[in-house]
Amino acid sequence: MEYEPVIGLEVHIQLKTRTKAFCACLTDFGNQPNSQVCPVCLGFPGTLPVLNIIALEYSVKVGLALNCLVQEYTKFDRKHYYYPDLPKNYQISQYELPISKDGFLDINIDGLIKRINIRRAHLEEDAGKLIHKDDLSLVDYNRAGIPLLEIVSDPDMNSPQEAYEYLTKLKSIIEYLDVSDCDMEKGSLRCDANISLRERGSKGLGVKTELKNMNSFKAVKDALSFEIKRQSDLLDDGEKIIQDTRLWNTKELKTLPMRTKEGAKDYRYFPEPDLPPFIISPTKITEIKKDIPELPEVKALRFQKEYGILEYDSRIMVLNKKNSLFAEKCLTVYPDKDKKPVANWLIGPMLSEANSRNCDLPGLDISPKDLIELIGFTQRQEISNLTAKSVLTDMLNSKKTAAEVIKEKNLVQISDASGLENYISDAIKENCAVANDFKNGKENALMFLVGEVMKKSKGKANPKVVQDLLKRRLV
Amino acid sequence: MASLHPNTLTAHELLEKLKNKEISALDIVNFVFEKIKKTDPNLRAYARLDAGLKDGQIMGKEGILKGLPISIKDNICTEGYNTECCSRILDGFKPPYDATVIRKLKEAGATILNIKTNMDEFAFGSSTENSCFGPTRNPWNLDCVPGGSSGGSAAAVAADEAIFALGSDTGGSIRQPASYCGVVGFKPTYGRVSRYGLIAFASSLDQIGPITKDVLDSAVLMNVICGYDPLDSTSVNIKVPDYTKSLVKDIKGLRIGIPKEYFIEGMDPEIKKITDEAVNQLKDLGAVCKPISLAHTEYAVPVYYVLATAEASSNLARFDGVQYGLRAENSAVMIDKRKSETDNKLIRMYKATRGKGFGEEAKRRIILGTFGLSHGYYDAYYLRALKVRTLIKQDFDQIFKEFDCIAAPTTPTPAFKIGERSQDPLSMYLSDIYTISANLAGLPAISIPCGLTKDGLPAGLQILAKPFSEEIIFRAAYTYEQNTPWHLQKPKI
Repeated sequence: MEYEPVIGLEVHIQLKTRTKAFCACLTDFGNQPNSQVCPVCLGFPGTLPVLNIIALEYSVKVGLALNCLVQEYTKFDRKHYYYPDLPKNYQISQYELPISKDGFLDINIDGLIKRINIRRAHLEEDAGKLIHKDDLSLVDYNRAGIPLLEIVSDPDMNSPQEAYEYLTKLKSIIEYLDVSDCDMEKGSLRCDANISLRERGSKGLGVKTELKNMNSFKAVKDALSFEIKRQSDLLDDGEKIIQDTRLWNTKELKTLPMRTKEGAKDYRYFPEPDLPPFIISPTKITEIKKDIPELPEVKALRFQKEYGILEYDSRIMVLNKKNSLFAEKCLTVYPDKDKKPVANWLIGPMLSEANSRNCDLPGLDISPKDLIELIGFTQRQEISNLTAKSVLTDMLNSKKTAAEVIKEKNLVQISDASGLENYISDAIKENCAVANDFKNGKENALMFLVGEVMKKSKGKANPKVVQDLLKRRLV
Repeated sequence: MASLHPNTLTAHELLEKLKNKEISALDIVNFVFEKIKKTDPNLRAYARLDAGLKDGQIMGKEGILKGLPISIKDNICTEGYNTECCSRILDGFKPPYDATVIRKLKEAGATILNIKTNMDEFAFGSSTENSCFGPTRNPWNLDCVPGGSSGGSAAAVAADEAIFALGSDTGGSIRQPASYCGVVGFKPTYGRVSRYGLIAFASSLDQIGPITKDVLDSAVLMNVICGYDPLDSTSVNIKVPDYTKSLVKDIKGLRIGIPKEYFIEGMDPEIKKITDEAVNQLKDLGAVCKPISLAHTEYAVPVYYVLATAEASSNLARFDGVQYGLRAENSAVMIDKRKSETDNKLIRMYKATRGKGFGEEAKRRIILGTFGLSHGYYDAYYLRALKVRTLIKQDFDQIFKEFDCIAAPTTPTPAFKIGERSQDPLSMYLSDIYTISANLAGLPAISIPCGLTKDGLPAGLQILAKPFSEEIIFRAAYTYEQNTPWHLQKPKI
């Protein structure tokens, strides 16, 4: 049978406020265990929570950016469960009246826009962290009380790719808002996925499983793909899906059951009596709205309009906020009206350099001016694109300018016929058969010969001139 | 007067003598300690006689309470000193911080008596019998309970083992023992006094308040402990007046409502008579007393026991043996989520710790509260109780449109015998029947001595007013007190 996956995502993002959600402890990552704790976040008897207003404002900001209805009246609830990383054995969260609800996020799937509805986004406190050592379990409460925003989507995604796009877009927006580091490895962004299968075309919902422990967007995608296969195999065999929580195992690349849910867990939510309800005034909401920067979607459209960038290119350019800022600088510095070469350089060699160095574009530490200078060399055909790429690598490694690298390595493109004659003669001589093929009308053969000349000239030959000269010689 | 021991005087009398250098701070503390050593082995008003009692210990900065020792209920955190809510589960717990009220007292120059006063475990009770340290006795009759849960504080003040004290009141835990022990107990408006450092029983009901020998001392202490605290989001930022200025001996024209629902069947006839006399006295002093109706009064006790136990079950969840207090099966634990429950060492540790650490009443309330919040029962219990709480509040709002305050008995009976109600939780719960409404509505209320029964047990008159109208209560209570002899009566102990 053909199945359609139904996927909903719960994303937790740690808000990067200076202090925790309900006390004055710092939120820095990676410090000595239990060095950022106080009686309040340790849940000591007699202590009381005091809401960090910045956390509330950040949450409103995210809600607005995700097109949510931001609630003017919001309150906190206690969610009860026993675990040693939860100091009070209840978590201050929001149940009835989340800060934001009923929003959406549009994702791009094969050039088509798909709207993913967002059910709610609510503020809560993070738990501590258990560290298992030999036969002991230790608790680090540094994380306990860090503000978390839980963003819950509707089950509107129908493929692992859609889930991946949703996460990518969500992360991009939150980075633009500058309210979270969104670093999955450090746990500042966490994602749980709910997935069920149904017969394609049907409207009902199947039994779902909840997937946890994915530490990258790719892992989310892989876990979902695995789960689709696992569930459809079971269904094909006439077996039932058991509603359970499963952990993604990165070594075995499969989901394994964590615990079976015998009915829904009873968290015994009730209004947090230590925190009175909060009113977020329309004035405050307007104020926060004004503070929201241009978001990726709008920026991409503007890049298309202002700089004539292709739709696809613009989306890649704006995905990461810092990259988009760098890109825009390059686009404005570039003197020509046609900005296409800049776009090609940014999403081509520049991004691949950034990826291989595990940084963003500004992290490459090359100024827009220097990059534009390099692009200028290729535009004037003084060096080939191929050479230019290696020049870029040299520039990044040595912090030299393009002109310096080209001069030092004597890389200026050879464009005059006299300088190329010898290479061309040798290439034809050594590849008589190919030359003949071309003469007999085989167009492809020419490119092979061009390649040979490029090799001989160590990439310095101007391929366009070489092509012309070859043609002239062989026709 | 010269023959009077300093420990028998009120705080304001002692402050006067200190000012006139008729007495030294050391004398006061030493007399209090001497009295404690003499009578407390029988009375058991303090939780830890063996710990921390040092002759001549004077603390505090220069301030208006300089030189005065104050006794503190065992659920109010004192930095570095045991604060255990008289529960085994908090065995050895020394908070690393002072409650806001303790900080304020220290800043006012008071000496904190770190031996702490006895109480019902986690303030669960009306008799101070539910303490892991054993029951406190009533100084007027050692066979009787002192009331609760602040029974230790009330008994200590009544027996002159303390100059004055702090208690906490969730459903009457200051006023009821004050009434049983013949002293003055004040529950401030919810939000008037910071709860920071008060180990929570029911967060939406708890308030700290003074237990004193007279109304003036109550006002003196209220001046120190009241006020907005940024550490308590439920504390209210309203200016605190000088309460001693409201102590005017004049209630002419004061409109006082007498709720008919507070004079019910089953009420002790002597208490009824004493209360009637007190009301007549108020009339004689010029007050306009009229009968009123608080229609939802009969629901106060059930509503309270749904809400208070629900909050308690949540507040007490943190006592699990992980970070502080008792840990039964004291072994290092390796946590394995996959292992089944019976196999799981962690859950075994939780169960053993909570099973051993909590007393019977605490367990009863945790179970009741957990039930009331459970899926499928929440609407029928917790939510419904919240709605009725609003109705009870509205009853009072209506009355306070026409009346300045309400006068009523504090309790339906005088102090009962130790053991008399401990096996019957319902009859125990009913001893708070007149005090619970003030907590549900967040109102300020006082209990002042208003007579003695034939058996020589004190009775209390309760005066309630609308939120943040403590001044009216002080004025009415002071006028009554200054025109009656009851606050001068002392138990023979």
